Amino acid sequence: MRYYDRLIFELSKEGRVGYTLGKSSFGESGVASFVPSGLLRAEAPALPQVSEVDVVRHYTNLSQMNFGVDTGFYPLGSCTMKYNPKINEEIAGMPGFQGLHPLQSPSTVQGALQVYSEMEKALCSITGMAGFTFNPCAGAHGELTGLMIMRRYHMLRGDLQRTKVIVPDSAHGTNPASAAVCGLQVVVVKSKPDGLVDVNDLKPLLGDDIAGIMMTNPNTLGLFEKDIEEIASLVHGCGGLLYYDGANMNPLIGVVRPGDMGFDILHLNLHKSFSTPHGGGGPGSGPVGVCGKLLPYLPAPRVKYVDGAYSLDFGDERCAGRVSAFMGNFGVILRAYAYILMLGRQNVRLVGKYSTLAANYIKESLKDCYKLPIPSVCKHEFVFDGLLDDGSRKDGQGNVVREGATTLDVAKRLLDFGYHAPTIYFPLLFHQAIMIEPTESESLETLDGFIAVMKKIAAEAAEDPSILKSAPHNAPIARPDETTAARQPVLKYSDTIQS
Amino acid sequence: MAAFPYFPHTDQDVRAMLDRIGAGSLDDLYADVPRDVVFKGEYDLPDAMSEQEVRDYFDSLDRKDPRLKVFVGQGAYDHYTPAVVPYITSRSEFLTAYTPYQAEISQGTLRYIFEYQSMVCSLTGLDVSNASMYDGPTAAAEAVKMAPSCTKKKTRVLVSRTLLPNVIRTIETYSLYHGIELGYISAMEGTTCPHHMKEELAKGDVAGVIVPSVNRYGIIEDLSGFADAIHAEGGIFIEYCDPSALAVLKTPAEWGADIAVGDGQSLGIPLCFGGPYVGFMACRKEFLRKLPGRIVGQTTDTEGRRVYCLTLQAREQHIRREKATSNICSNESLMALFVTVYASLMGPAGLKEVNDRSCAGAHYLYEELLKTGKFEPVFDKPFLKEFVLKPLVDAEALQRKLAEGGFFAALPTEDGYVTFCVTEKRTKAETDALVALVKEA
Repeated sequence: MRYYDRLIFELSKEGRVGYTLGKSSFGESGVASFVPSGLLRAEAPALPQVSEVDVVRHYTNLSQMNFGVDTGFYPLGSCTMKYNPKINEEIAGMPGFQGLHPLQSPSTVQGALQVYSEMEKALCSITGMAGFTFNPCAGAHGELTGLMIMRRYHMLRGDLQRTKVIVPDSAHGTNPASAAVCGLQVVVVKSKPDGLVDVNDLKPLLGDDIAGIMMTNPNTLGLFEKDIEEIASLVHGCGGLLYYDGANMNPLIGVVRPGDMGFDILHLNLHKSFSTPHGGGGPGSGPVGVCGKLLPYLPAPRVKYVDGAYSLDFGDERCAGRVSAFMGNFGVILRAYAYILMLGRQNVRLVGKYSTLAANYIKESLKDCYKLPIPSVCKHEFVFDGLLDDGSRKDGQGNVVREGATTLDVAKRLLDFGYHAPTIYFPLLFHQAIMIEPTESESLETLDGFIAVMKKIAAEAAEDPSILKSAPHNAPIARPDETTAARQPVLKYSDTIQS
Repeated sequence: MAAFPYFPHTDQDVRAMLDRIGAGSLDDLYADVPRDVVFKGEYDLPDAMSEQEVRDYFDSLDRKDPRLKVFVGQGAYDHYTPAVVPYITSRSEFLTAYTPYQAEISQGTLRYIFEYQSMVCSLTGLDVSNASMYDGPTAAAEAVKMAPSCTKKKTRVLVSRTLLPNVIRTIETYSLYHGIELGYISAMEGTTCPHHMKEELAKGDVAGVIVPSVNRYGIIEDLSGFADAIHAEGGIFIEYCDPSALAVLKTPAEWGADIAVGDGQSLGIPLCFGGPYVGFMACRKEFLRKLPGRIVGQTTDTEGRRVYCLTLQAREQHIRREKATSNICSNESLMALFVTVYASLMGPAGLKEVNDRSCAGAHYLYEELLKTGKFEPVFDKPFLKEFVLKPLVDAEALQRKLAEGGFFAALPTEDGYVTFCVTEKRTKAETDALVALVKEA
């Protein structure tokens, strides 16, 4: 990777173009002939004027400052950065699918609707739910949609006082944020020292004001919530619903189904568990599945299959509403379905087990160098609480004479060795959290290479933390000044010219 | 178990790893899972397919659907995508990257988002843009959600009835659960009624107003006086826009809008049955701290080089948790790259030409359709590339007939009209063929 310092605007030269449109078949008249000048903008937008070669070289150079799953190992906790199969890309790019307009009548899009229908059936089988909507465009969008379904269900039962949702203290940040956006009040349930939800802390929270609980299982410490059946029965007992945050679904694929644990609503991240590329922050897809009694509350439209043909079902007054423009990110759904067909019923059984195997292997290999607050068997991910010896030293009076290396420093040093950093400072239960999630994509050799580097970094820290503190040394850039970025925001090209 | 290309594990590897862990078998790693919830059944999935079988299967589904010439818009526009765009966006360094939290190895993503933000600001005329939203309707719903937090003690948001139906429905869904009261501004002769808006504003509780630039009937709205009326009552003016059209139309900034939202799909993103697309949101700098989603800023690294990073993250869900005003995290980053590359290739001249041709084609079709005697005009107001007509024949039957002839056109609307759209991809020959079919209806 190498540093390249240009913005596309800086390549611009008056008169250059990067397109051809051919001869106009409707004559020479344009917007000015048909639209009153009072409705037109005064000046053309300040977009770059560049040739096709300029564009290709510029973005190729930009790409070379980027790290992706195809570049190397991404041990990013709760993000499930597994390999993105290439056949999926080819399928998403098929010309017929690419050209379908979302408002075409169902009789002209039977192939596309069949993909939705079969994908729904596949996800129901993998999760134990009764039906899915594919309309949410990302995981957090799915969470919000799931909570809307929860609220709709209570609202229509006249249970208007159910405005609180229980969220464990280890939850992903999106959980409480989604709840708040959905108009629900968040009540936090504590974890026990062993990292699991404290059932005794949960019990007094339950009542007729509880809409439900949001959980991820395994939780963000990678631990299976083994009291889940008791939790489910307690929450159901008070009239609440159970929401499953599918961000951590990967270790359960092929082993355990959320529906069988008592969950009523879940979302999946197709860009995590089902291999679609993350795209540098989307497009994702966050399908939401529900149990049988909640099917009528799913957002509209949904695909149904009646009398040998696929059609759209817009639901009735129970439907939670419309949550996006059309039916979600079809291109992402195609990729995920291709992945499921490649897996088939045989390989699907190994996804979770291999991801769990990899996480435990790293954990056991590194626990002599990094603090492991919870030693039990993990699932797809686990959390260290910083270095065992961070290299900090004190004099006889207890004054710090050498600052130790932090989790941030470990993360930045990893970049020097060709690895992406793990998730850091999350979950919030530990001050120096390092959250590691390998996936089933990684070979024993890759894991061993990562383990060796993590050990080397720990040894470096113990000897002299300064090499960590000034890392990365081999990345295209050094650490950015984030404080100035926030205090004096420069957020667009014209700001850079003025400043 | 047969070897599988996405799993690198040999039997020996699995054994070595289990030994390090001290486990006897893979199942032992799930010993903490209650037996009752372990799935003991058979997954209702097909047998694992080979790559060739998967390709052939999807090819058969892909070929099932007729490839229609698209003459409809309504929020999804069939503009031409230059070959360079998917070529660049399919580069694995962009495609397979995570969200750019590690700025040191994500400068590619961060730089194109900065360029994207700059382009959205150029198109809208506004000060700041975020890194993208899911799609146009959700961006609109987020903007509506922003309005009360940008104003003092105002709670109601007015929604123009001339917005696209799916935009209104998505706003309604988000607002219902978030607890925002909506009011509606009726349409008068196909555009947002300013008198009705002023009556509603006079009630004194209006936090914001959302109005389209080009509306559901394809009409370009004249928003003269809107900003003054809304601001006089202390409200926020939100404009819903087609960014391709903004290359020629008066900008949200010129109309005096505070927030602009819309769907970036019209900037060369393929129809792809509705997604992935990309929502955009830009606003005046006064509202920067209320802007949802990710934002990229320019700064320097410790060696003094110009670099980029995610900034102002204190607004976001992972910091604010239950105090967050938006829960968005993954957005549509790769689609932001898509429109950035598209807009770079097209430049101001290309986008103007796209609009000129679409507009000329749409007006030609409009006149030719009226000549067939199968329609009556509905509104006499300026339009760009999209319009509605009142059908004098059965609309459903007409759409079916056109589909059989290879066209997606004459989509019936909820108001009893049919809608058409012409982009620069459509030729006169195709348009004439469509009109000839209409004549037979």
